[in-house]
Amino acid sequence: MKTIKDINTGTTPQPLTDEKLEIAGGLWQDTFKRLKKNKIAVFGAIIIGILFFCAIFAPFLAPHDPENGLLKDRQQPPSEKYLLGTDSQGRDVLSRIIHGAGISVQIGVISVGIALLIGTTLGVLSGYYGRWIDVGIMRLVDIMLAFPTILLALAIVTVLGPSLKNAMIAVGIVNIPRFARIVRASVLSVKETEYVEASKAIGCTDMQIIFRHVLPNCLAPIIVQATLTIGTAILEAAGLSFLGLGAQPPMPEWGAMLADSRGYLRQAPWSVMYPGLAIMLTVLGFNLLGDGLRDALDPRLKE
Amino acid sequence: MVNYILKRLLMLIPVLTGVSLLAFSIIHMIPGDPARIILGERANEASILALQEKLGLNEPLYIQFFNFLKNVLSGDLGTSIITNDKVTYELLISFAATLELTIVAMIIAVVVGIAAGTIAAVKQYSIFDNLSMVGALVGVSMPIFWLGLLMIWAFAYKLGWFPPSGRLDVAIDVPRITHLLLFDSLLAGNLNAFKNILWHLFMPSFALATIPMAIIARMTRSSMLEVMRQDYIRTARAKGLPENIVIFKHAIKNAFLPVITVIGLQFGILLGGAVMTETVFSYPGLGRRLYLAIMARDYPVVQGGILLISFCFVLVNLLVDLTYNYIDPRIKLE
Repeated sequence: MKTIKDINTGTTPQPLTDEKLEIAGGLWQDTFKRLKKNKIAVFGAIIIGILFFCAIFAPFLAPHDPENGLLKDRQQPPSEKYLLGTDSQGRDVLSRIIHGAGISVQIGVISVGIALLIGTTLGVLSGYYGRWIDVGIMRLVDIMLAFPTILLALAIVTVLGPSLKNAMIAVGIVNIPRFARIVRASVLSVKETEYVEASKAIGCTDMQIIFRHVLPNCLAPIIVQATLTIGTAILEAAGLSFLGLGAQPPMPEWGAMLADSRGYLRQAPWSVMYPGLAIMLTVLGFNLLGDGLRDALDPRLKE
Repeated sequence: MVNYILKRLLMLIPVLTGVSLLAFSIIHMIPGDPARIILGERANEASILALQEKLGLNEPLYIQFFNFLKNVLSGDLGTSIITNDKVTYELLISFAATLELTIVAMIIAVVVGIAAGTIAAVKQYSIFDNLSMVGALVGVSMPIFWLGLLMIWAFAYKLGWFPPSGRLDVAIDVPRITHLLLFDSLLAGNLNAFKNILWHLFMPSFALATIPMAIIARMTRSSMLEVMRQDYIRTARAKGLPENIVIFKHAIKNAFLPVITVIGLQFGILLGGAVMTETVFSYPGLGRRLYLAIMARDYPVVQGGILLISFCFVLVNLLVDLTYNYIDPRIKLE
């Protein structure tokens, strides 16, 4: 983090004016400043903010019980009482969507956490140690990449049995290769730098080099990838739930809601439209923020 | 070139062995006795023993794997537990349906995606550019199964333009020769059936095309922007070539390489990954067949499907790499 500041001040020998002082921040301050200027990324961040707000305050925000509806009110079109209508069991669609936000956040964070932890470890081992470790890990990654992700996730859930927890594990596993590859690539470039060579020369252990020098310098691509992957993870998990292999009824998971209402498309189209819209907006939010972060972290990449 | 192909084919061996091992292990990774799980709680001992015998579960693991590999290599993927049909035959028939769907979807995705990406790049920052890039972002964020349901609601239920599901009307039949029905109906000279099949294909192929379309459009745009900044484009303009020749003859050709990669990868993904679309539209393709097999615990079909799909995926990737050399002879394949 110090390096950029040093370079900035180092290349300007004359006394710094106020304006220049403002420009020279740390990597993360600079990134945040650039990110704020990117309207599309801010829009993505706002969507994600709303998602987290719903996730945390769901019990206070939801006007009705998400899991128990009044049967006499089933398949009601959107009205003042039920803003987004009710489903085939009389449950308020809006309340279910609000409660579903928490489940989606959980899915995103847990499955990407799994992918990130295992993927980063594999990537570091592969990139840092090279040789047969590299060959072995990359072959494994190749095999995983030989499957379309949704099918691999399906196969894993088949083995583990259908449940939300297992869907999260499956989505986590299928996303490991993304992290492994990206981390390996950045480790390979960091490994050749002079400061790593210097650390070796003064007798740092591999662990010290990896945790103090290599990993912090791989952080930017990992963060970008994690943001983008949360979006896809939510999408993939919703797909598994839609197929009946993830969240089980009556849980208000968005994909499971679509599966529930699918048979009533003609009678209650609103119970299909809004949960899907929620998935789409959430995924869009993470994609927009992820793209914005990538541009902000490395402005040279932007065309 | 021949050497390179041979080398790549040899490199496929470890990957495919790994894939086979994975497909093989699935049945063994399920906790408990597979035969008992397949037949259910109430099965009697005799039928469980019989199924164990049939699946070869009594043999030691390495012999089972060896037998499995031997059968796979001779094209025998066993028989389906549910339908009792040959797995190879069943999978190939549903694969033909998926192939047809994928080809139509990819034609839509490639034509629209490249056109939108090129126009967006040539008229950078115009309204069209902004709109198509927003559209592409929405496209990659869209749950296909949701889009499919919305399409069914709008175009089948509300407007009645297209049939909501299936491959062709029950009343219509065509002789199945290649199992690519569009082709078969033309062979039989049955234009009515051809139209009906095309009508059934419209919604699923469009839904399936959204994500590749979005990815192709974004890739074409960024690749075109990169190329348009090159010196030889300036040279082409400087020597007075009309703009459309600059774009079509000089720019597009060179911008195409990364786009080809994306097209190939997406084609490979669609071939096996159409699970969602096929399920929503009840289209009898490989993805849906495999999904039904998974739900019914029909393990021979699951194993075979996984093998077939990953094999196609790997093969398509190889073909993509080979086309590089054709498009850009400067690239040395090693």
